[in-house]
Amino acid sequence: MLQEKIKMIDFLEDFNNMQEKLKYKNQENLSKETIDGEIATINFGPTHPATHGIFQNILQIDGEKIISSEQTVGYIHRAFEKLAERRPYNQITPITDRLNYCSSPINNIGWEMTVEKLIGAEIPKRVQYMRVIIMELARIADHLICNSVVGVDAGALTSFFYPFSEREKIYELYEEVCGARLTTNIGRIGGFERDFNETFHTKLKSFLKTFPKAFEEFNSMLERNRIFMDRTKGAGPISAERALNYSITGPNLRATGVDYDVRVSEPYSSYEDFDFIIPVGVNGDTYDRFMVRQEEIRQSLRIINQAYNNLPEGSYKADLPEFLLPPKEEVYNQMEALIYHFKIVMGETELPVGEVYHAVEGGNGELGYYLISDGGRSPYRLQFRRPCFIYYQAYPEMIKGMTISDAVLTLSSLNVIAGELDA
Amino acid sequence: MTNEDIYKRISDHFSSYIIASDETFGILNIEINPNKNTEILQWLKEDSILQFSFLTNIAGIHYPDSTEREIAVVYQLHSWRNNSRLRLKAYLSIDNPTIDSIVHLYNGANWMERETFDFFGVNFKNHPDLRRILNEDSMDYFPMRKEHPLEDATREDKDDRFFGRF
Repeated sequence: MLQEKIKMIDFLEDFNNMQEKLKYKNQENLSKETIDGEIATINFGPTHPATHGIFQNILQIDGEKIISSEQTVGYIHRAFEKLAERRPYNQITPITDRLNYCSSPINNIGWEMTVEKLIGAEIPKRVQYMRVIIMELARIADHLICNSVVGVDAGALTSFFYPFSEREKIYELYEEVCGARLTTNIGRIGGFERDFNETFHTKLKSFLKTFPKAFEEFNSMLERNRIFMDRTKGAGPISAERALNYSITGPNLRATGVDYDVRVSEPYSSYEDFDFIIPVGVNGDTYDRFMVRQEEIRQSLRIINQAYNNLPEGSYKADLPEFLLPPKEEVYNQMEALIYHFKIVMGETELPVGEVYHAVEGGNGELGYYLISDGGRSPYRLQFRRPCFIYYQAYPEMIKGMTISDAVLTLSSLNVIAGELDA
Repeated sequence: MTNEDIYKRISDHFSSYIIASDETFGILNIEINPNKNTEILQWLKEDSILQFSFLTNIAGIHYPDSTEREIAVVYQLHSWRNNSRLRLKAYLSIDNPTIDSIVHLYNGANWMERETFDFFGVNFKNHPDLRRILNEDSMDYFPMRKEHPLEDATREDKDDRFFGRF
């Protein structure tokens, strides 16, 4: 109890210090910017329903106008990079789930591909196409959440509930592949643990048939909605030049008009086989970010259709006995299979020495894995390039001079995911 | 543009600042003089041929066994014009891990450098606001350094009763 009280006092002191600091910082602007010279400090977050995650922003406001803001991050820091230094390679996949938990399969598969790059594995074409299908489904789910939440923050709750049934179908598809829904741990280093089953095929076919209609219906609720456009146009803009200076990637960068996409610039997992376009915006504001994500959903759907219709025959896993558990039948009857089974389960697979960087286009931008292996059973150093962490820095600049409600909209349209932000 | 061309162009300008170089998985690694990092990065950003104008990330690494070069700061740059990546490494001594900040070149480096400071204790000179970012402010050590190992998974001196397991 006493401890808590002390903590509370500490917190209040910090808050007051911050307030003083910000006041000082803004003194020179006071005469120019304020109406009556009265500045208020408010705490936006850490547990505010409109932040959709644990972020703290201490805002200095003059009336409704934001003069400056100070961010605090790290509320759900779980030391993933440190944890990874003690884990066998296949046990790091579940850690990556918890980065961007709206599109865990992209994180999982990105990590698996990093290890495959280090060991120089040959991945069958079928696995690559299967991965593309899963990753694009994840991108759709990620963008759907983000855009429907933008709708909520603009005051349109229907647009939040409506796509949820569609997202549910995507989660059911994950379930058929890996058994989990949110933190998926999908696939293995070298492929998948099982092939797509019959239910998956049925469900995917029906999803591909029904989703476009449902999506366009969702789209029509917001896209040309006068109220929504008035609220989002011009809210939280950033120029392409500033965005590049802040190392922003992904849909938030493309909304400013820069067509950088890892899927095209450095194709992985056979992305070069598919025909799709990269949508770009013009102003880099909330409306453009919304529109870029909407178009990306359509393009993802196109990619899934192409990959599914041309799904090659072959194996659902590569020939990597050190990483893929052998069938139980063989474990009981064959010496090698038993040894590999034991080595995988006990985490005794050693990787070659090397230094590798692999990037995938995550839901929020370039998701990179910088892996240094010293030849041991776990990485010597693993760094995640987390797009959220990098672009969230630009937030104070984007909301400067905006109203509080614009700040809320900007935050949700940036799609800042607490798990990815804090790692 | 191949990695040889990139290396040639950089070494033509900064031959005295380059300590070593190699190539791993298609990415050129160049070890640079830690005192000249801002100069090199600025030139790389502004050079009209190379155009390494996008900072992908900054990573810290701790090598406790290599004396006088224990801490590595790794800058990963990306040239979208040539679609090539480049890794610059600067090795620092653990007694005084200090390097110039590059926030004036890339605003995005602000939090990346704060993160490196937070976990490895690298002091970035002229950083506008060098504080801990993900860890608590009162923390008095740098957790990603190798002298703070994670618990050994095979240790036997744990009493299960204290962990809710019987």
